[in-house]
Amino acid sequence: MNPKLTQKIAKSLLCGAVLLTSVVLFFIIFYILYHGLSNVNWNFLTGNVEDLGKKGGIYPTIVSTIYLTALSVFIAAPLGIGTALYLTCYTEENLFTKIVRFGTDCLAAIPSIIFGLFGFMLFVIYLRLSWSILSGALTLASMMLPTIIRTTEEAIRAVPSSYMDVNYALGGTKLQGIVKIILPKALPGILTGVILSMGRAVSETAALIFTAGMSLRVPVSMFASGRSMAVHFYSLAREGISLTNAFATASVLMITVLIINIVSYLIMHLFLRKYI
Amino acid sequence: MKFGKTASIFFIFITLLYFLTGIGAKSQKIVRLAGSTAFLPFAEKLAEHYMKTHKDITVDVQGGGSAVGIMVASEGIVDIGMADMLSLPKETDSLEKVVVARDGIAIIVNTGNPLKNLTLKDLTQVFSGKVKEWKEIGVNLSGQIRVISREEGSGTRKSFDQLILQSARLTTDAMFQDSNGTIREAVKSDPNSIGYISIGFLDSSVKAISVDGIVANNENVILETYKISRPIYFLFKQNPTPETKNFIQFILGKEAQKIIAGDGLIPVVKI
Amino acid sequence: MKYFKEIIIEKCIKLLAMSTISILILIIFFIFRQGVPFLVKYGLPNFILGQKWLPQENIFGILPMIIGSLWVTIGALIIGVPIGVACAIYLVEFSGKHTKLFFKPAIELLAGIPSVVYGFIGIMVLAPFIRSTFGGSGLSILTASIVLGIMILPTIVSISIDALSAVPLSYKEGSIAMGATSWQTIVMVLLPAARSGILAGVILGMGRAIGETMAVIMVTGNSLKIPSSTLDSTRTMTSNIALEMGYALGDHRAALFATAVILFIFILLLNIITMTVIKSKKTR
Repeated sequence: MNPKLTQKIAKSLLCGAVLLTSVVLFFIIFYILYHGLSNVNWNFLTGNVEDLGKKGGIYPTIVSTIYLTALSVFIAAPLGIGTALYLTCYTEENLFTKIVRFGTDCLAAIPSIIFGLFGFMLFVIYLRLSWSILSGALTLASMMLPTIIRTTEEAIRAVPSSYMDVNYALGGTKLQGIVKIILPKALPGILTGVILSMGRAVSETAALIFTAGMSLRVPVSMFASGRSMAVHFYSLAREGISLTNAFATASVLMITVLIINIVSYLIMHLFLRKYI
Repeated sequence: MKFGKTASIFFIFITLLYFLTGIGAKSQKIVRLAGSTAFLPFAEKLAEHYMKTHKDITVDVQGGGSAVGIMVASEGIVDIGMADMLSLPKETDSLEKVVVARDGIAIIVNTGNPLKNLTLKDLTQVFSGKVKEWKEIGVNLSGQIRVISREEGSGTRKSFDQLILQSARLTTDAMFQDSNGTIREAVKSDPNSIGYISIGFLDSSVKAISVDGIVANNENVILETYKISRPIYFLFKQNPTPETKNFIQFILGKEAQKIIAGDGLIPVVKI
Repeated sequence: MKYFKEIIIEKCIKLLAMSTISILILIIFFIFRQGVPFLVKYGLPNFILGQKWLPQENIFGILPMIIGSLWVTIGALIIGVPIGVACAIYLVEFSGKHTKLFFKPAIELLAGIPSVVYGFIGIMVLAPFIRSTFGGSGLSILTASIVLGIMILPTIVSISIDALSAVPLSYKEGSIAMGATSWQTIVMVLLPAARSGILAGVILGMGRAIGETMAVIMVTGNSLKIPSSTLDSTRTMTSNIALEMGYALGDHRAALFATAVILFIFILLLNIITMTVIKSKKTR
């Protein structure tokens, strides 16, 4: 067949693939927002959950989501960034670091339900923390650690080693070099990793049902249970409690994730352009 | 100046820690319940009611199924385990038990299904897979019967197995959902399906069929003409906390039992 | 004085790193410790090849779930890979700069949508459609494959774009100089060159599909039978863990951990394959 004709056909098929993907993407977002956005108002965002979610708002779930995300980042970020710092700046590249890297890569790929199983057995049952924000946050932190370690490592490695050489040449110590040169330069990459992990925490459902639980109330402390927005949406949708509220919750959920994605994208591309 | 910077970071850190760990939260006592999804919505409603008059108590309710309730109650991870079973397994021997309500199990089909009644024998045959098509039991519906069941940890499932399947096994073709609500949703959308849920979960989105001519409703369960029913237990360790004891007494009181009766379960106390 | 601070900080960071690494080891160790004794006791072949899952009778065969997971994943790959790679090719070779700038973040957006939302749309839109078009209950392997296929698109598209962009320009220029059309260049030069990168993306997508739980529970019907057609209902390994996690005791609980071990090893193997594929590319 005429190669030019083949190319024309191929090109249109490929274009079709892109169009198909775009249509699917828009359909998903449109479907949720169309059915749900009209019900999202100030009362919805600040009202308590009533009648298992059939009426009322989703304020407790918003609080639980923020609580879970904040606590898990609070635990995972220092640990993850510290580990990455250690692996890149304080040790040489040897078998130990290779094994650790392989281990974190594997853990990053483990399905979240396995973390849920792990978290349920260890935190809820074995450590007797019961269904609580703490159990949920510890589980989420376990999930975030590999990703944060990996992205921080990549961000630090992206900083040219000549920078540290200049630092030593000017008489700076290792610590000064890390704090004043490497970290600021790697910060956008590190932040992106942390923020994307936050996005994952907000969307996580299976692991949280079994660790943070399904309580409908604003958690009074980290030892109380609380359902996140994603868990609430799951419950509303699956049990047919209220489709309207399900769509509305999904809308809030999606907009939250959208904002998180946009923020991380901006940091990655705007800041990077500014410094480099 | 440098000191100020470090100090302010330290200060923010401590505030965050304080807030995140809720060290400053007023001493709220928590009563934890977990277990039966059949009783879950009622437990939630009663918890809400209870907390209105007891501002210093938080009642946390989880689901998970009756087997979860038994497991976490015996481990002491929750204060009260909820189980809706005919007969409790021997793991509960060390626990205190009290019946808080009774509930029937309704067999449900899609609202488009012309079926109105089944004999117990037919039911067993359908759910054990011996009968595979709707036409075989005289229903004018083309296609295979799609059985939807609960998973094994469910009290509703266990009671169903004991009362209807008896010695037969559930068909291997059965599909599974994990709560009363999700079974109702599944049957609502699938015209060829048949499933079972707690009578307390019945609504107009699905159709409950009568068994051996007896309609599935609370009156018939009380009269014991509709025999497919089981009690709902609260299980707790001996020497429960005072808040737990108070909450259980509340559930057994007239006020709570009225709410239970009003919402579709059968009370155990004369109201 | 300065050195003192240096050493303190270094010790702190070392402590931080060591505790984190211990935590990661703990996670792996915990899962294996709960699952491996069961595998030894029950017998690995009995577990993997057993066709019945009846915890009440102490029978734990996960073959139906393994087949379910594999079938659903392969279905997802059949849908996701052609469309994903096609998108990547178009964006790298045929589209204008603005399309690419717009599309890449848009596709990242797809990646951020929570899996429960995908599952929800699967139940509300896809399942009724499949039920009315193909019969059956609508909750089937097909439904799950379509949903998962869409879910892994972002991974495959992103990595394929990176792989195709990494092919040296000289390859393309050489091909065009010899008179090939763009399409011929793509098929005969670019794709083979980017092969290992695209493969890595596919494997990553496969890992994601196998590990997905919530969306799958919502759309597969969760039956325990070995499926015989794409319209059959099925249960995956991950769904099985999620459905029975709460109440499993003793051997039942250990069996679920054993399932986790099997999944873990499988993902490990996928990771190793990816690493060797990428390494072999680097040495070319």
